[in-house]
Amino acid sequence: MMARWRGGQGNWWAAFVRLAPTLWLAAFFLLPFLIIVKISLSQTAIAQPPYTPTFDLAAGLAGLRAFLAALSLESYRILGSDFLYLASYLKSLQVAAVSSVILLIIGYPIAYGMARLHPRWQPIALVLVILPFWTSFLIRIYAWINILQREGLFNTALAALGLVDTPVAWLSSDTAVYIGIVYSYLPFMVLPLYATLEKTDATLLEAAADLGCPRWRAFWLVTVPLSAPGVAAGVLLCFIPIFGEFVIPDLLGDSRSVMIGQTLWTEFFANKDWPAASAVAVVLVGILLLPIVLHQRAQARADKD
Amino acid sequence: MRPAPSLFNIVSVACGLAFLYLPIAVLVVYSFNASRLVTVWGGWSLRWYGELIGDQALIAAARTSLLIALASASAATLLGTLAALAITRFGADRGRTALSAMVLAPLVMPEVITGLSLLLLFVAINLDRGFLTVTIAHTTVTMCFVAVVVKARLADLDRSLEEAAMDLGCPPARTFLTVTLPLIAPALAAGFLLAFTLSLDDLVIASFTTGPGATTLPIRIYSDVRLGVKPEINAICTIMIATVALALIVASLALRRASSATTSRRPGAA
Repeated sequence: MMARWRGGQGNWWAAFVRLAPTLWLAAFFLLPFLIIVKISLSQTAIAQPPYTPTFDLAAGLAGLRAFLAALSLESYRILGSDFLYLASYLKSLQVAAVSSVILLIIGYPIAYGMARLHPRWQPIALVLVILPFWTSFLIRIYAWINILQREGLFNTALAALGLVDTPVAWLSSDTAVYIGIVYSYLPFMVLPLYATLEKTDATLLEAAADLGCPRWRAFWLVTVPLSAPGVAAGVLLCFIPIFGEFVIPDLLGDSRSVMIGQTLWTEFFANKDWPAASAVAVVLVGILLLPIVLHQRAQARADKD
Repeated sequence: MRPAPSLFNIVSVACGLAFLYLPIAVLVVYSFNASRLVTVWGGWSLRWYGELIGDQALIAAARTSLLIALASASAATLLGTLAALAITRFGADRGRTALSAMVLAPLVMPEVITGLSLLLLFVAINLDRGFLTVTIAHTTVTMCFVAVVVKARLADLDRSLEEAAMDLGCPPARTFLTVTLPLIAPALAAGFLLAFTLSLDDLVIASFTTGPGATTLPIRIYSDVRLGVKPEINAICTIMIATVALALIVASLALRRASSATTSRRPGAA
């Protein structure tokens, strides 16, 4: 039947359908990334644009040779020698790893509870989990600034309960960053978990119960292993964007200990060091490719079994 | 027979939902607070909404954001649908694999990198930054979300209708417009809405790719938020939440009508 789609008059249509999105993404996704790689090999200059060498098509082959000769690994050398960069990457790793674990611990019971609800209630719970995702992300972070600020609701509530005497500075701390991240990414963890848990075959649990397995043990031996793909998908969906997160640590976090997204932002906007910002980005993509490749390998292996 | 949910299950779901909704509820309630201080409840008031109306720069930012969202969501719906069609309906080969990968990559790429790379492209080709560049940037990212939504719908679709049309001599482009398009219209609407809200929401990519005269609403809110909590921001946020909520309600009603119409027109279809 594929042949029919390609036959005769269909050719221009097939070409259009395939070429339009491919060309768009090649021009505005692939090409820009190649430019980042190129500029990461350039050096800063007080010029417009602020890096050198710039490539001049008119200079022909000689120009290309001169251009290639002027490329350098200087930005990467700085990246390796300045502790600031390593510290930011490690901070991102720490925040992404800890947040993913917290998200899993909080998200799993919610997804499990949703999957066990009466089928009539499940779509409603699902919509309610997705809905906050549609409200602006900036608004959701701002809502937490409202709550966590020194005279905010959280401190007022703690004081009213007699738990603290003086207001606690919640903002500009790792705690605030974790709260903001867990709050923003919770739907990304709950949805893939729910998708696998909801498909769990109830007869397997019945069989376990018939054979005398207590309910909590059946949960650990049947439900949890079967939900592994959902756990992997949820962790991946959270870990990767959290690693490169900028807005949440910028608004809620401590400015003395920054994540790599913030470092990239500062290099670019404040220091105007485009090659350094590009090198940071290239290394970041390299780091984030690792979990993606691992996940795809694991999935390919699972599909084979 | 599925066992009934335990108390623990119900409490987990309830607590999870409370965690998701309480901060937003607090924000909305405090936008109506007559007092400037968050700790003091000064009674219900529309004072902060009144102050917004006089803020010309803010209204201009909202206008810019809406126009960019409209333009980029339209382009993204077109390109995303074509991408979904290319991936699901045209033979499996290397070009298709490359396109699938290119559609998925922007979804997981950190926004700072997407923003930076697009900016460097615009500088390299000497394109003045402003409305157009932000629109291109948003189209690029959101078309991938549209492609994912439409792809799911196309994969579920009964292909025999398209095949029947083509067996009867209908050319592929016309088959798509008269048979496939009406069937996937709900997915297109959902994709458009998703692209629209993502564009309206975006701060990072817009900050990199914007230029003078094209300040979007999130960029404006962000610069305000950095200076601390202001009741006016509560009011803007409440208006944005209400707008999105209204759009979602209208869209879900429209989708429900559309999907019940398609199923009733296709008796016997699974």
